[in-house]
Amino acid sequence: MKTENPKAWFFVLPVLLLVAFNALVPIMTVVNYSVQETFGNNVFFWQGLDWFEQILRSDRFHAALGRQFLFTFLILAIEVPLGIIIALSMPRQGFWVPVCLVIMALPMLIPWNVVGAMWNIFTLPEIGLLGYLMNNTLGIPYDMTQNPFAAWVTIITMDVWHWTSLVVLLSYAGLVSIPDAYYQAAKIDGASPWKVFRYIQLPKLKMVLTIAILLRFMDSFNVYTEVFVLTGGGPGNSTTLLSIDLVKIALGQFDLGPAAAMSLIYFAITLLVSWLFYTLMTKDDEQ
Amino acid sequence: MAKITLSNLRHSYLPNPKGQEDYALKEIDLDWQDGGAYALLGPSGCGKSTLLNIISGLLAPSEGRILFDDRDVTDLPPDQRNIAQVFQFPVIYDTMTVRDNLAFPLRNRGVPETRIAERVDEIAGMLEVEDMLDIRAAHLSPDNKQKISMGRGLVRDDVNVVMFDEPLTVIDPHLKWKLRSKLKELHQRVRATMIYVTHDQTEALTFADQVVVMQDGEVVQIGTPVELFERPQHTFVGHFIGSPGMNVLPVTETDGQVSFNGQTIFLEGKVTGQGGSTELGIRPEFVSIATTGIEARVRKVSDVGRHSVVEAMVGDTPVKAVVEGAVPEQGAPVHLNFAQKQTRLYRDGWIATEVSA
Repeated sequence: MKTENPKAWFFVLPVLLLVAFNALVPIMTVVNYSVQETFGNNVFFWQGLDWFEQILRSDRFHAALGRQFLFTFLILAIEVPLGIIIALSMPRQGFWVPVCLVIMALPMLIPWNVVGAMWNIFTLPEIGLLGYLMNNTLGIPYDMTQNPFAAWVTIITMDVWHWTSLVVLLSYAGLVSIPDAYYQAAKIDGASPWKVFRYIQLPKLKMVLTIAILLRFMDSFNVYTEVFVLTGGGPGNSTTLLSIDLVKIALGQFDLGPAAAMSLIYFAITLLVSWLFYTLMTKDDEQ
Repeated sequence: MAKITLSNLRHSYLPNPKGQEDYALKEIDLDWQDGGAYALLGPSGCGKSTLLNIISGLLAPSEGRILFDDRDVTDLPPDQRNIAQVFQFPVIYDTMTVRDNLAFPLRNRGVPETRIAERVDEIAGMLEVEDMLDIRAAHLSPDNKQKISMGRGLVRDDVNVVMFDEPLTVIDPHLKWKLRSKLKELHQRVRATMIYVTHDQTEALTFADQVVVMQDGEVVQIGTPVELFERPQHTFVGHFIGSPGMNVLPVTETDGQVSFNGQTIFLEGKVTGQGGSTELGIRPEFVSIATTGIEARVRKVSDVGRHSVVEAMVGDTPVKAVVEGAVPEQGAPVHLNFAQKQTRLYRDGWIATEVSA
């Protein structure tokens, strides 16, 4: 039974206004820029889809997109399994529970630009603890301002350090909500620890992991501050991820048209991947 | 299948129990015959689930031994005791099909696949779930999920004992009796020792050949449903079993003579022991309304279907009577008769009359 009441619109109006002002209007501004060219003085010329074509054909965009996917893939591949393993090994009761939880939450409480600055100093070969140890004590040449590989190792490590906790906390919450009876039944059924994980814990974690992966995907795909503060996109362009490239085009070169087109493409990719992933993960439960 | 012996079993959840009240289980001695159907009945918190978990090995008792067929299993983990347990909430492996769920305990024990297929089909037939074998277990209704978790227990043919921990809690009322009779039927077919834990007297009395009534970590009475009904050993059993429960009335006792509200009451037999506080116990089914007897005034009449429950005040004490047919009106003066053979004295809660020969 469906009853329609026009009054309902009245109640959603405030939310609609809010969404309009913080999402739709800014996006429309970007759309506006993406199809026009301006030379200042508020004079605009119609460009059609030229900027989109230019971006989609540009090698520079392809390279940045490739780096972006590599970055996101690597941090997911590390943070998700690592987060689950840490959550599994955390205590379920007693004095150490709050201690572990606070320690886990700490990295997430640090402002993003501070994270970048911390890791920058930490890895400096002359004065940074890690940089000094690697170069002078262990004798491994390590300088993320010179070597692209070292730069990648550093941004990945930094993100793992910063965000694995999110996966840990979500997984931990999922794990403690599994009733004891499941573990008892598994014991009685003679299930090995691996089977307990495979058939009880992992299925029960599916929903929280979906959320964790989704959040980590979106955040890492749009990552800017930490990487920018740490490497500035270098050495060369080796750590220039999409967001860093976008800011270079928009604020460095002041090419507002291509930058607007790139933002929309960027947004579309993020949205598409998130939607595909979420749909695939939840499809199964709706049957 | 096995005979189960519990000897001097005690359990406390505290690391250093001091007094008797620190024990969740106090001195349990029980012998369960191979192939019997037993129920553990008692209110929440009486220690019945603790006892069950000790038998299954999920919990180690503070003191005492557990023997399966005279073999000491006290220190064995659950998977080596060869037991099965059905929990309050259906425990199934969501991502597996019903077939894989049933096969799971066998696969974990390395049983050959051909044998597994045979057993799974056999159990599926008994439970009438053949048509669901290839469905993902997550999609089943709660009662079918509970059937599957029972099936996982029954699929191993060498199982020592199958335990049920209030298995019908989450089942819809109209399906409860179906599952209950299914269980009874299963027991008759597989003849495994079964222990059924519940706080619901109907479930316990319909399922079990022998019911163990527990209160505060102690066994109060063990008996067949008829014994529990007809001759409760303790006022608690009288109260807890039966609907309405037994009338427990304050009496005065002098030289083996018992009087209730000034009237002498004739008991089933000789009074044993002395001292302590005494009470009279008689089930409402054995109280009748007559023209002579104890004077009372009707306070409330409730029609419960086949019969009515009349509550009458004798002085300040309410006495319930089960009456068939015509009932007196509210406020009417009546006379109550106690059936002598069913009238007993309880001393400090425990029965204190002998059966007359």
